[in-house]
Amino acid sequence: MTGSKFEFIQGNIACAKGAAYAGCSFFGGYPITPSTEIAEYMSEYLPKNGGKFIQMEDEIASLGSIIGAALTGAKTMTSTSGPGFSLMQELIGYACIAEVPVVIVDIMRGGPSTGLPTSPAQSDLLQAKWGTHGDHPTIALVPSSVEEMFTETVRAFNLAEYFRTPVLVLGDEIIGHMREKIRIPDPGEIQIINRTVPDNSGICPLPYASDSGKPACIPNFGKSRFHVTGLNHDITGFPTMDPAIVARENERILAKIYEQREIVDKWEEIECKDADILMLSVGSAARAAEEAVKTLRNKGIKAGLFRPLTLWPFPKDTFVKYAERAKYIIVPEMNLGQLKTVAERFTKRSKIIPVNLVNGEPISPEHIISVTNYLNI
Amino acid sequence: MGEKKFLEKIYENDKCKLFIRPELCKGCLICIEFCPVKALSLDKKKLVATADNIEKCIACGLCELRCPDFAIYIEKKKPKGE
Amino acid sequence: MFDYSKYLRASKLPHIWCPGCGHGIVMKSILRAIDKTGWEKDDIVVVSGIGCASRLPGYVDFNTLHTAHGRALAFATGIKLAKPKMHVIVVSGDGDALAIGGNHFIHACRRNIDITTIVFNNGIYGMTGGQYSPTTPDGDRSSTSPLGNMEPEFDVVKIAEGAGATFTARGTSYHVPQLDNYIHKALMHKGFSVVDVIEACYTTHGRVNKKKYPSNIDMLKFQKDNAIPIEKAKKLSEKELEGKIITGIFCEKERTEFTEKYQKIIDSFSGGEK
Repeated sequence: MTGSKFEFIQGNIACAKGAAYAGCSFFGGYPITPSTEIAEYMSEYLPKNGGKFIQMEDEIASLGSIIGAALTGAKTMTSTSGPGFSLMQELIGYACIAEVPVVIVDIMRGGPSTGLPTSPAQSDLLQAKWGTHGDHPTIALVPSSVEEMFTETVRAFNLAEYFRTPVLVLGDEIIGHMREKIRIPDPGEIQIINRTVPDNSGICPLPYASDSGKPACIPNFGKSRFHVTGLNHDITGFPTMDPAIVARENERILAKIYEQREIVDKWEEIECKDADILMLSVGSAARAAEEAVKTLRNKGIKAGLFRPLTLWPFPKDTFVKYAERAKYIIVPEMNLGQLKTVAERFTKRSKIIPVNLVNGEPISPEHIISVTNYLNI
Repeated sequence: MGEKKFLEKIYENDKCKLFIRPELCKGCLICIEFCPVKALSLDKKKLVATADNIEKCIACGLCELRCPDFAIYIEKKKPKGE
Repeated sequence: MFDYSKYLRASKLPHIWCPGCGHGIVMKSILRAIDKTGWEKDDIVVVSGIGCASRLPGYVDFNTLHTAHGRALAFATGIKLAKPKMHVIVVSGDGDALAIGGNHFIHACRRNIDITTIVFNNGIYGMTGGQYSPTTPDGDRSSTSPLGNMEPEFDVVKIAEGAGATFTARGTSYHVPQLDNYIHKALMHKGFSVVDVIEACYTTHGRVNKKKYPSNIDMLKFQKDNAIPIEKAKKLSEKELEGKIITGIFCEKERTEFTEKYQKIIDSFSGGEK
């Protein structure tokens, strides 16, 4: 690909460039290691390109500001880490029920609490799905390279705009801070999706109406007048406590995503088809797992890696297909067994071998391989 | 939006027409209490405001100004000479 | 005399506020003030948090946004910055704006972003059944201060000024024509404007302090008898002002408005590096 742009940049910067590529025009954030570089980049890029950046007084305000901005039609984003992600939980639920497209980047670090601010961890994998109260849809993407910080952020915006829901990008301190050479896609190379809005003006009587399964076609503020609330509401957008409507609407905001899995699912398979040892891993841990698979294959051991890029909703059908075949399922992750609980739901526990590390250091291929020494393959 | 018409009881004297919407009145007594000429009173049965003493009304509009519920309003009449 | 139907979502009436609650009076005052501005309805956004007062957006025909408890100003900041041409009005109760929302309140003041915030200050958390709030008078009973409120109360106007708001006023739900004037001036003011509206909740506050507030009428009369305009208040001693409601426009000054300042930076680049 002659003439295309190559850059040697940090994962956080690639993420911000991906957002810019996707058309992000509003960033509201709050400084927190290890994701601050994203805000720093946006604080210069956006005003120079007709966009808006604001550093709010805390992470709750950051998410509040980008939901507000999104309601005016802007593509909006915030970025944080574990502690800030915890503060944002209530409003993540708000964006789900009000069906507002926003992108939330969480560069994970050692937890709990202040934990290890400058060290990597995959501490928020389950929080990403269960962090806020109530049944709500979750789309969480997990990049494992600087290039994927770019492309997965673009995908996050596309999914948010299409499904009209918040989309999470779960990086970690390694992916966020390391530098790699990446090719910047040419403008137009990746298709950019924009939300569909009704073209009527004046009063929009049924902003939350949607034909079965499809996301609602909600206007932007200023185009036509309607009501947005975090209370359960019907298709008019106004609060309701009618049990039938509440149940239907609560199910709809999940169904709009889970009934169109072909749009949201994405994973990578490395030699899974004949794998006796199947590895399930995401993000930076998956880099070590991939290396371990190569080493084991060289030693004649049939190993494979199943790496979801869309962690939530979890691509269970494909995973189960390989997991049932495999003798063992190794789950390397920088926490004490979060992804493992997902594997346990879909395969026999006896086959699952967790490889956990919570000391702030990255998991190494050798560490993963050492576990296989005791397996009779 | 969703124009909803409310039943209106109309009272009248030479100075104004006074409209009360029983469906919106919550019987809070504010208009009755602060009417400077005591033209309004409470319908004991339905616990809503009424303007039984409409003849006293001087069309000052304080009832409309103070009503929290859009339940009472007046339309002033032009004085005879104009 | 005033036709509210242009601004109302009539099908949503009667509203949920209790008989004699001040919120309906203040809402009508806001609608009259908006009417005087001549703004287009499509350009107006009314944002609220959670609480009785925060149900207001549902009744009015603008772009309306009912957010989470305390977060109205955070959402409103995002809207105003993203689309400065929109007129953003925040309606919020005393707890919503000053307790859980306090951090956003002081920072919105500091930024002097062109948003008008109307604090429905009835000194109680009404929606949840009458707990004391940051502006509950000293000694008043509530469902969480059965032995009398022991906490001192906020002066909303002083906080707003101290944090940088460039228009502050206080009115009451009794002095309605003055309130119309304060709200209209706040709406027209370019910069962060705060109107602290002293009003009353008889259902959860008055009824449990019967001696002090025998009825909702008495609560309105309390405002009538205890309001003192600023000019007069200046001549009175601290002692004489105790428990009084000082009304009027406290601060009205110019300071660069946040979104305008931001736009200048953007414009400086639109010509230059794209």
